[in-house]
Amino acid sequence: MLYTDQFYYLGLIALMPLIGALINGLIGAKLPRKLVDVIACSSIGLSFMFSLISIKALVDNAAHIGDETIYGHLSYTAYQWIYAGDFGVDIAFMLDPLTSMMLLLITGIGFLIHLYSVGYMSEEPAKWRYFSYLNLFCFSMLLLVLGKNMLVTFIGWEGVGACSYLLIGFWYTDDAKAAAGQKAFIVNRVGDFAFLVGMFILFYETGTVDYVALKEIATDAASMASIAPIAGVASILIFIGCTGKSAQIPLFVWLPDAMAGPTPVSALIHAATMVTSGVFLLSRMNWLLTISPEAMMVVAIIGALTAFFGATMALVQNDIKGVLAYSTVSQLGYMFLAVGVGSFTGALFHVMTHAFFKALLFLGSGSVIHSVHTQDIREMGGLRKVMPWTAGTFLVGCMAISGFPLMSGFFSKDLILWSAFSNVHVLNIKGVLEQNIGVIDLLTNTPAPAITAGGAVDVNVLALVVGSGVGVLGVITAGLTAFYMFRLYFMTFEGEYRGDEETLSHAHESPPTMVIPLAVLAFLAAFGGLTGWPHFIVHWLHLPEGLLFFEHWYEEIFQTSNQFRIVGRFGAKPYVYEAIATAISVGVGLTGIFFAHRFYLVQPEVPGRVKAKFEKLHQVLTDKYYVDEGYDLAFVKSSIKAGEGLTFFDKNILDGGLVNGAAQIMVSCGRILRNMQSGDVQRYATYITLGVVLSLAVLYGYIS
Amino acid sequence: MMFEPTLFHYLTLAAMTFCIGVFGVLVRRNAITLFMCIELMLNSVNLTFITFSKYRVDMDGHIFSFFVMAVAAAEAAVGLAIILHVFRHKRSVNVDEANRLKL
Repeated sequence: MLYTDQFYYLGLIALMPLIGALINGLIGAKLPRKLVDVIACSSIGLSFMFSLISIKALVDNAAHIGDETIYGHLSYTAYQWIYAGDFGVDIAFMLDPLTSMMLLLITGIGFLIHLYSVGYMSEEPAKWRYFSYLNLFCFSMLLLVLGKNMLVTFIGWEGVGACSYLLIGFWYTDDAKAAAGQKAFIVNRVGDFAFLVGMFILFYETGTVDYVALKEIATDAASMASIAPIAGVASILIFIGCTGKSAQIPLFVWLPDAMAGPTPVSALIHAATMVTSGVFLLSRMNWLLTISPEAMMVVAIIGALTAFFGATMALVQNDIKGVLAYSTVSQLGYMFLAVGVGSFTGALFHVMTHAFFKALLFLGSGSVIHSVHTQDIREMGGLRKVMPWTAGTFLVGCMAISGFPLMSGFFSKDLILWSAFSNVHVLNIKGVLEQNIGVIDLLTNTPAPAITAGGAVDVNVLALVVGSGVGVLGVITAGLTAFYMFRLYFMTFEGEYRGDEETLSHAHESPPTMVIPLAVLAFLAAFGGLTGWPHFIVHWLHLPEGLLFFEHWYEEIFQTSNQFRIVGRFGAKPYVYEAIATAISVGVGLTGIFFAHRFYLVQPEVPGRVKAKFEKLHQVLTDKYYVDEGYDLAFVKSSIKAGEGLTFFDKNILDGGLVNGAAQIMVSCGRILRNMQSGDVQRYATYITLGVVLSLAVLYGYIS
Repeated sequence: MMFEPTLFHYLTLAAMTFCIGVFGVLVRRNAITLFMCIELMLNSVNLTFITFSKYRVDMDGHIFSFFVMAVAAAEAAVGLAIILHVFRHKRSVNVDEANRLKL
């Protein structure tokens, strides 16, 4: 081991954006506008370079034992933070394969989006404020992923929430935008509370919040019993925290509104990084989820439902960013679906590919908005002729998200869907545990005999239903995704222009600082998935194992949870089934594209007819299943009512009765006492004399 | 048998004189009368000093009473001068009228 302790670069990675944020935030208003750009971009760029150096060190540092590569982790303790008795928390950072990818996403895509923002926000007067927030966001996000214990992660968790609030409400003079920011913040707080409680429960049972220590407790045969009973509750609570940050049912309502912020912000925060922090956190704590199958099942169901309902709402959106927002909700649902069926690798793979293509799509939409100054796709069309680069890259993004073969989304989505069908065991570990030798043997290094026997375990019916159910929902969603994405593409870039000529004459391709990030992201969105090929292709075509890079990279992190899916439902060599599943999902995706082409390019009158036929359904979808109205009725209205009641109590009882009453008593007493202080020395002397007489009388016991 | 005044009698007399003085200070408004009442109080204290001095057969009390007389004389000089000025200014020695310094 080269670096056992104190790997300083980790501190630098997080520090750079903070410095950038402080410079721009404190004196940015007085700096030249060009310098603000340079500071913001270079701080995150430096952070990206330090990330690369650190990951290189992590790889160099790895120990090779036989075929296996043990990466371990690099860590850096900045300082001792809270120490009280046995309890101790440091500001400590840790770099392992899991963090590595997030680091590259945050700093890499972050850098591209900073670069893009230079062009996009070029006419914004308060550009320094924007860049300061954006850098601060990167800092918080880096804290979140680098944290060595749950508390550091929590600081980052709150920090990204706060920055998200600041950036959504960046144009705060617009009331609707300010309100959207507040909504995001409040909804997130609901989840954060659950996360905190989950963390407290874990701490109460184990006495530590350090990931490494917790993992040891949760996976060590001797100490597992102490954490097993609360694992379910803690996982669910932490998952509720994730539903807030990652916009899952029931807390997804803030994400569509968050599109009020500047478009690069939507790309960075509300597509690529912050919203995936929930997936990251659950992956970080995979050993905890693994020993609570009920929690896994909940995560899988919520994820699948979110994916499906998000996609249905995206079908009817006419706002270019609205489609992408609901699409993000839906894709995040996929990631949680993957987590729920124990395919943490699939979830993270999708986090990565989604970050590529969704950041690309958002930046593309930003480029369009920048050009035609509207977000309504009904007023667009045919824009490919004026902005070919944007259109081309956008098409790549659409193909990637639709799972077009050999684009990045194809690899990650198929891994998830395949996992959903095959990993039924994960949802049924308790059954496995009860049938076999119990928790202990399963979670130590030897796989349980019943599993290696190859599907000899009775699969619990519920687990089978849930596993297949989420898989089917996932496939349907894949079709919907392809459909609404290409609907968006065709309505924006193909066909005839539907807006007014005046706008079209001003429409233009965006400046190079905006097009370059688009091109880089398009490249990544197209080829980023080649790091994790499906097993059956590698196996059948005898391709090198290196094509499974993504899976191997995470093998060590997900060692515990992977043990449960060594053999899935379809035996040890499920390649045929895997190929079938892949074929189905590709077929569904292509069908979606085909229908989108027919409906929005060939026969544009069809959507109107469909809409007329299913008017009620269309209305429900446009009104987003009335979730906002429901929350309004259930929480907002009652909160306002309660607030009014409390205001009355405060004004009349507290202020009126207690505070003003006390003041009134004082005033009255003062009025009486004032008469005593007349300035008449003789009267004072009388008081003194009376006082002396009284004191003496008391002293000698005449009165008591 | 002749009346022998004891400690009790002296102290009672001093206390009564003192109380008359205090009462005068509290209720009278004429500056000269006030002044006399203060003298009365001082002298009653002097009487107490002398009484105890005699009773305890040491000279401390005597010394104190001389001090008191000296201070009282000085005070009388200053005080009467002030009263005289007040009278010249106001044509009255009523203390209630000398309240111009009050806020």
